[in-house]
Amino acid sequence: MRAMVAMSGGVDSSVAAALMREAGHDVIGVTLKLWSGPGGEAPTAGCCTLSDAEDARRVAAALDIPYYVLDYTEEFREGVVSVFIDDYAHGRTPNPCIECNRTVKFDRLLNGLDELGCDVLVTGHHARVRSGPDGWELHRGADMAKDQSYVLSMLTSPQLGRTRLPVGEMTKTEVRARAAELGLRTAAKAESMEICFVGRGDYRSFLDRHAPSMLRPGPVIDHTGEVLGAHGGVGGFTVGQRRGLGIAAGEPRYVVSIDATTATVVIGRREDLLVRTVELEGLSTVSGRPLSGRVEAQYRAHGAAMPATLGGGLLHFDEPQMAVAPGQTVAFYESDRVLGGAVIAATG
Amino acid sequence: MICDNDRVMIYLDHAATTPMRPGVWEAMAPFAVDRFGNSSGAHEVSRKAKDALEESRERVAACLGARPMEIVFTSGGTEADNLALKGPVTGDRSLGVVTMATEHEAVLETTHFLHRLGHPTHVVGVSRDGGVDPDLVAGSMGPGTAVVSVMTVNNETGVVTDVAAVSAAVKRIDPSVLVHTDAVQAAACESLDVDRLGVDMLSLSGHKFGGPKGAGVLFVREGTRLEPVLHGGGQELGRRSGTHDVAGAVGLATALGMAVEDRSRFRSAVGGIRDDFEKRVMEGVEGVVVNGGAGPRSPHHLNLRIPDVRNQTLLLRLDQSGVAASAGSACQSGAAKVSHVLEAMGLSPDEARECVRFTFGWTTTQDEASEGVATLIDLVGELR
Repeated sequence: MRAMVAMSGGVDSSVAAALMREAGHDVIGVTLKLWSGPGGEAPTAGCCTLSDAEDARRVAAALDIPYYVLDYTEEFREGVVSVFIDDYAHGRTPNPCIECNRTVKFDRLLNGLDELGCDVLVTGHHARVRSGPDGWELHRGADMAKDQSYVLSMLTSPQLGRTRLPVGEMTKTEVRARAAELGLRTAAKAESMEICFVGRGDYRSFLDRHAPSMLRPGPVIDHTGEVLGAHGGVGGFTVGQRRGLGIAAGEPRYVVSIDATTATVVIGRREDLLVRTVELEGLSTVSGRPLSGRVEAQYRAHGAAMPATLGGGLLHFDEPQMAVAPGQTVAFYESDRVLGGAVIAATG
Repeated sequence: MICDNDRVMIYLDHAATTPMRPGVWEAMAPFAVDRFGNSSGAHEVSRKAKDALEESRERVAACLGARPMEIVFTSGGTEADNLALKGPVTGDRSLGVVTMATEHEAVLETTHFLHRLGHPTHVVGVSRDGGVDPDLVAGSMGPGTAVVSVMTVNNETGVVTDVAAVSAAVKRIDPSVLVHTDAVQAAACESLDVDRLGVDMLSLSGHKFGGPKGAGVLFVREGTRLEPVLHGGGQELGRRSGTHDVAGAVGLATALGMAVEDRSRFRSAVGGIRDDFEKRVMEGVEGVVVNGGAGPRSPHHLNLRIPDVRNQTLLLRLDQSGVAASAGSACQSGAAKVSHVLEAMGLSPDEARECVRFTFGWTTTQDEASEGVATLIDLVGELR
């Protein structure tokens, strides 16, 4: 079997490549060039920096596998960056890493497998692909603390059939130990947290360049409409955010909602953030069959899955949830098995 | 064929770099070890190094029809181009540069840099075939134009510019304007007599004709005033400071001599192999277009647009099948990028992403090329 390993330059995909090689497969490593700044410069933060590509290349060389950098900057700009900007413009909470996984990493690479002469796509995600009675299934990774099945919840059974996630069976500690044992330079490398195309957490200068309208000043109001202060632009505010509101109040205040068309940020108390029902869009299921009824729903990358009922494009949580924001992805689970995913269109 | 461990590669990327000619490494080796002297010194060890350096300078000069003192050794083609463009204008912001849209980045980016510093610069377009119109170039000069730079052979397409005609057109308007040519891709195949070309400056890079990497030359016609890019100990008559890379100069001179001697064989033999490759692709792949194919072209470049096949996919598959080719231009990470040369020739970014460059060299055999083209035709069939 010929395997294409998507190598980000991190420890997980490094070990994934090593494991496939050990298993006796023909392996090639690829890194996706997804973004370059206005002057063509490589990103300096996040998961796709030039030094990350260099790490990936060095690991591939150590494993003696061919390594390529594929340019997907166009696809990334259209499928991820423009969605990110659009989400902000509509007061939604963007999920660029999920969009990138879906529209670039998985969609493009899986569709391109045949032309690239490969049989399966391998990534370093912490999740597990298993075969079940109805086809391929996606399960949480063995390491619950590092589980990434949430970001893969949009994958379908046929896509999973051509995907291998070898580190999903391991804990992060085991992955690092394995990398050290193999002498891989990425063994002790820190995890990336930043969004790669924003860089160093600098939302303002990114938005200033790409979406200046989001830096339009506007009012900060409460639920009665009373103006409590002013802000320098809705870009950079997220529902549930507590810091940086510039409002002196006796008790903690949070961003409750954002109206980008009027450049208004609404703040309120903790209990104003509680949401019981959300409206969904883009629902997809692993099996390809419709999904409704009782599910466990996870709406944050590292949150717990909450009992809920799904039906008619709506999701009702059994208990009210904090800081559920439009734009976020919800993944549906049955125990450890992913049933599907959707995007929150509105909260009510 | 290049053998590395058990992997046999058909190497068709000679414009990127080509293997050293036989004997070059051996000629260089003593100057890295036994004859290690710094050529700027007053003792026996120094003199031995200096002798070799000056002999190399004479050999290079002879290959260009130049005088030894007109040869400046540099760290490569990029440095030579930088010196040729920056040298004449540094210190006077009214002086500037005219160049072509299809030049190598070493010239174009230097031009853009000078523009940012406030120098007048002008980048002239080319025809759909990459052709340069001498009168258009001459007509693009302004009152401050001090240097006109046109490359001899384009690195991506192999399109050959009539440098002598450009020089004549320029000098007709203003004989004091300096004409520079980046001849980095040309040494293996074109006669580079500086008087016949009518140039004041000419850049070469050792590793493009069988010499070492990190060694280059700028010919600077006697009497040309240049501010150096590198200041320091005043080597190279003050035009390029820095301890001499004697081994590099020896290697470059040795290889250049061999390339000049091999030139007519190269033109017919390598050119024949390239033409055969091209013919078979045209017959075997529907809709293929030769970029720059209409005008004069070097014997060893072949830049193809293969509609509906993305170059990065094809290059990966070629590599997996043991054929090394290139997209013509790549970024630091190795990812293919949209070529500014092909864009200047009127191709859209999508069309430019369908272009692949095969370049042949002094080691290329007919068998290699035949196997390479068969692999290419098979892969295109599969990808379509």
